Amino acid sequence: MKQLLIAIKVTVVMILLTGVAYPLLVTGLAKVFFRHQAEGSLILAHGKIVGSELIGQRFTRPEYFHGRPSAAGKDGYDGLASGGSNLGPTNQALVDRVQADVKKFHEENPAYTGPLPADLVTASGSGLDPHISPASAEAQVARVAAARGVSVEAVRQLVAAQTEGRQFGVLGEPRVNVLKLNLALDQTAPVKK
Amino acid sequence: MTANGILQIALYFVVLVALTRPLGAYMAKVFAGERTWMHRLLRPLEAGVYKVCGIDEAGEQHWTSYAGALLVFSALSLLFTYLLMRIQQWLPMNPQGLGNVGEHLAFNTAASFTTNTNWQSYTPETTMSYLSQMIGLATHNFWSAAAGICVAIAFVRGFARHSMKTLGSFWVDFTRCTVYILLPLAVVGALLLVSQGAIQNFQPYTTAATVEGTAQTIPQGPLASQEAIKMIGTNGGGFTNANSAHPYENPTPFSNFLQMLYIFIIPAGLTYTFGKMVKDTRQGWALFAAMSVLFFAGVAVTYHFEQAGNPNLAKLGIESAATAGQSGGNMEGKEVRYGIANSALFTVITTDASCGAVNNVHDSLTPLGGLVPMINIELGEVVFGGVGSGLYGMLLFAVLAVFIAGLMVGRTPEYLGKKIEQKEVKMVMLAVLVLAFTILGFAGAGANLGTVGSSLGNHGPHGFSEILYAYSSATGNNGSAFAGFNANTPYLDTTMGLAMLFGRFLMLIPLLAAAGSLAQKKLVPVSAGTFPTHGPLFVVLLVGVVVIVGALTFFPALSLGPVVEHFLMHAGRLWS
Repeated sequence: MKQLLIAIKVTVVMILLTGVAYPLLVTGLAKVFFRHQAEGSLILAHGKIVGSELIGQRFTRPEYFHGRPSAAGKDGYDGLASGGSNLGPTNQALVDRVQADVKKFHEENPAYTGPLPADLVTASGSGLDPHISPASAEAQVARVAAARGVSVEAVRQLVAAQTEGRQFGVLGEPRVNVLKLNLALDQTAPVKK
Repeated sequence: MTANGILQIALYFVVLVALTRPLGAYMAKVFAGERTWMHRLLRPLEAGVYKVCGIDEAGEQHWTSYAGALLVFSALSLLFTYLLMRIQQWLPMNPQGLGNVGEHLAFNTAASFTTNTNWQSYTPETTMSYLSQMIGLATHNFWSAAAGICVAIAFVRGFARHSMKTLGSFWVDFTRCTVYILLPLAVVGALLLVSQGAIQNFQPYTTAATVEGTAQTIPQGPLASQEAIKMIGTNGGGFTNANSAHPYENPTPFSNFLQMLYIFIIPAGLTYTFGKMVKDTRQGWALFAAMSVLFFAGVAVTYHFEQAGNPNLAKLGIESAATAGQSGGNMEGKEVRYGIANSALFTVITTDASCGAVNNVHDSLTPLGGLVPMINIELGEVVFGGVGSGLYGMLLFAVLAVFIAGLMVGRTPEYLGKKIEQKEVKMVMLAVLVLAFTILGFAGAGANLGTVGSSLGNHGPHGFSEILYAYSSATGNNGSAFAGFNANTPYLDTTMGLAMLFGRFLMLIPLLAAAGSLAQKKLVPVSAGTFPTHGPLFVVLLVGVVVIVGALTFFPALSLGPVVEHFLMHAGRLWS
């Protein structure tokens, strides 16, 4: 009985300590030191939120670099339906989907003839992957340049400027943030109306 | 495998080894009630908890009261979380206006978080209010972790003490663990994660007007505080559906490195704590060495097969080798920022431990890449393992190893100066058998039930793997999934909830019983006939026992799933 009484008290005290005090402390400190990140690394353009630098969004037009296929929601990149395809390696649906994406890619990018980077035709784990590999960006450079009426070299330079290397030179993989690259493109080489 | 990939794995291990001793020594002091450098700051908090709750700091408990306290607390906290989810609609901090959680799902989730499993049958973004996440779920990340560590400490006391009837006080151990170990690590970890981009706020979800002119809803919430303890406590339950693959949970390669480190630091540190407590740190390093062997074996296999990729996709003109501009391999379900090396490493770590957080989709792993996480869980998650559970799991195998060595030479086995007799071996075998019976029993039944068959997301041998993985994960209190499998049905929510409770509490009780019996024994002086348990010979024996017990138990089931799928994948067989 004494144990039960202690257990009840410990439960209440621990709810307050780990469930209330701890998250509030972290929220307060985060707000002071890392406000931008704590609020979602949102990107503003003309006073409106266009997205988050960490959350990928869907691009379909030829003048923009396209992200990876996304299994988040019906059309992909649904912020409320994060997740991967969960298709196993021997699932017919996986092979069919990749085959269709490969075909679509070659139709949209007739100039590119090399093997396709694996990340460009596979769905990410989050469905919100903000990045593509530098090779996947390179594969789309010719299309984007043509759609914007600028030189391939100019677009390539912009991609290089937006390419992040490994963190501290060691961790992770080199990558290009698709949203940031496309925003930079709109700034430096706007589409002629 | 790439040179950089191998370098990153090596760097990870070096940092882990470097942290093991300082953290292990600190934890030994905390549980002995000695003063540490954190006391100036945290002692008032610790003393306050004792005072408010009426806990006797000098109190000691017999193993039955220790286990009883743990069970009562677990039951109460399970009930609290269950009730909270059932009424969240009417409570504050629910800006999205999410409804109450249904009874089967609420039971499954409460059992899941109480047992340190953190299997998630639900999509958090559209199911759980901020209040439920914060005080219903994140709290269990602390408590289930602390409870696991307490059991490990009590079990080690069984060896460290002699001629004593008690194992310490659960309430004191629990309080010290939470106050001195988990909370400080969590605060630092959460802030480091926020610095990388993890969110921490109470705002409603954001609506963005995207570049191409559509609307995108971006979730918000108190994520980082839950994320840090999710890793440190080897819990693994994500704030979002995509778990640690989600860019808000795990934004950068550095956050990924931190998360992987957080999974292993307490389990690794505890091997040193154990050595300190039994007054021979070589004993701790021997366990560490055995764990490292199994760790590297797992990493090598998963990394190799994930980098080799899927031959059915390579045929379509896709680069499967790594080049300077892309990582190649099986990228389905993986994030560009982690690539193959960090995804494979994370997969192995999260299943070596009972964490179950994922930074890539396990269901989309290659057959043999996915075999490794399954084996890791089925071996009992003893490769560093869950916080506490990894250490007591490995000690259980150590007892078996000395028992087998004793049988070979016909001498009563000893471990750490204690005679291992009938009662201990019985209790240890009971714990081993609970795991096997629960996993294979439920998975076997599931494979023959139509209701489970309709939950499958993939077919052929991969479908069987989904069922086997689900019950392995639940029983092993891991929580990762072959997530194409829809476990949110009344049958699966209920049976998997039960598997979690069996896997947790039917292991803990025999272990504490064995600890109680060990603590009462006298010390046997070391003699020429004593088998030394700190050298390479013991490490080899221990690894052998873990592998053989696991292989004999699970090989038949595994060969029907991932092994056969591997060969059929290379033969080009596909299932629709």
